[in-house]
Amino acid sequence: MMVKKKHKLVRYDKYGYFFVAPFILAFLIFQLYPIIYTFQLSFTDLAGWETEFNYVGFKNYQAILGNELFLKAFRNTWIIWIVNFIPQIGIALLLAKWFTDARVKLKGVGFFKIAFYMPNIITAASVAVLFSTLFGYPSGPINQLLMYFGVLEEPFEFFRSVGATRGIVAFIQFWMWYGSTFIILTAGILGINPSLYEAAVVDGATSGQMFRKITLPLLKPITLYVLVTSLIGGMQMFDIPFLLTKQGNPDYSIETMTMFIYRQAFAGGRNYYFAATASVLLLFIILIVSVILFRAMKSRTDETNHRRMRKAGRR
Amino acid sequence: MERGRLGSFYGLKVSWIYLVSGVLVLLSIIPFWILFVNATRSTEQIQQSFSMIPSIYAGYNYDVLTGRGFNIWRGFINSFTIAVSATSLSLYFSALTAYGLVIYNFKGKNFIFAVIAFILMVPTQISMIGFYRMMLNLNLTDTYIPLIFPAIAAPATVFFLRQYLLSAFPKEFVSAARIDGASELGIFHRIALPILKPGLATMGIFTFVASWNNFLMPLMLISDEDKYTLPMLVQLLRADIYRTEFGGIYLGIAMTIVPLLIVYLILSKFIVAGVALGGIKG
Repeated sequence: MMVKKKHKLVRYDKYGYFFVAPFILAFLIFQLYPIIYTFQLSFTDLAGWETEFNYVGFKNYQAILGNELFLKAFRNTWIIWIVNFIPQIGIALLLAKWFTDARVKLKGVGFFKIAFYMPNIITAASVAVLFSTLFGYPSGPINQLLMYFGVLEEPFEFFRSVGATRGIVAFIQFWMWYGSTFIILTAGILGINPSLYEAAVVDGATSGQMFRKITLPLLKPITLYVLVTSLIGGMQMFDIPFLLTKQGNPDYSIETMTMFIYRQAFAGGRNYYFAATASVLLLFIILIVSVILFRAMKSRTDETNHRRMRKAGRR
Repeated sequence: MERGRLGSFYGLKVSWIYLVSGVLVLLSIIPFWILFVNATRSTEQIQQSFSMIPSIYAGYNYDVLTGRGFNIWRGFINSFTIAVSATSLSLYFSALTAYGLVIYNFKGKNFIFAVIAFILMVPTQISMIGFYRMMLNLNLTDTYIPLIFPAIAAPATVFFLRQYLLSAFPKEFVSAARIDGASELGIFHRIALPILKPGLATMGIFTFVASWNNFLMPLMLISDEDKYTLPMLVQLLRADIYRTEFGGIYLGIAMTIVPLLIVYLILSKFIVAGVALGGIKG
């Protein structure tokens, strides 16, 4: 009886392979193989419409690390991401604190969430072309408004200024993503055990103290999640800077790493080998930074937890 | 007295919160408002002055736009075809995978799960050069196959549906159905899929929107203008033939945005709830 039952279980479990097979197959063909192929191409000299290539060792890696344009794209990507992320997480946290504060009963929370998140759903390509037209020179709506209110004497050519152009890209990224970050952080705060806040209120804590001592430490895993996903997305930024100006103008100041990869492969000489090399470097950059972030956040979370536990023990 | 003072303090704070939130709401709405207004104004009006009031030139702008080869309806159909196919494949096969991982205990299951968790972290754009060369070698560029079929392996969706099954699907259903003589695939189709419906709807929206908004992949793979998707058409508006036709440009952008805005306004509560569940971020 026992043996028979076991036999039957094993037979059913074999169906598991059948159920996951399409996923595995599609994963191998469309994800794993292209990654391996990209790695392979980064060690070759494949370019143009050729189909044959030679192996060149680490030559491409040496060349790319001395390539002005790649280094510039690397810097640009980081600058734009940081300038977008700091206000994004700051405002999202502030809003999340406000909207979850039990003492401040707000109306229309649902409406605000929907309005804040709206830009995220819109096609990034359309948003980029829209902002490119809004900031147009000499008679784009922004210039018209600024002149109407007397901020500007004459129209300003935003896309000739490196600072303004980078600022606009960072602003669009901020604008599209702060709502999402805010909603995720709010969900995180609502998931914190309410009895912690009740106890703190009994002890006479102010809402600022509760935010610093309870909310922020317990929100760390979700903040880390937001940080890492935003970073991964930011390092791959393409649609907005690619369509906002032509050729990453002015002076390649908004050329990102993905734009560099795209241009190497699909413009001019079609240097697939160089595009592949840049892709591999991008992968390593993302992996290294993610690991560093996880380590840093994890050790700090552990520390605070230990301290809290000791404190609780003393009490 | 204490209460009164605290009350006015919170009153002030509440006004401040509403003010900041109101400004942010305007920030979300105004760019689109200007867009829709300018889509109805003539290029001369747009260049002369700023206005928040719609005009009457939408029809004229439409003629200018379509007169220069901007085939928005074709783009609409193309984007829709790709997004619907990719979403259906993604949902069906993700559900199948999630079900397989939850119901059966087979060798290598944990390894597969670890692989899924890992590729969640690996960005797709890393492999785009290899992906493009592979499609070129297979003669599949300028077809929709590379835009649709990779959706079968959607780790984020599998992850989400697995969690959903673990919390909402009683495994006893499976043994009961087996006793009744149902086939394994039949149990999946007739019992698991209906239970998964809410989860499928959530992931379906996000998969659809992501596919609809996808720009880089079709830009690499599609060169035949008849096969252009909406985001690719938008890019044409930056070309020189539209250089000074601002009315037409605004109308073109507006037309690519309207379908998404309508969908968002209908499903917004659902979408916001989906975002709160985490896991979705580009």
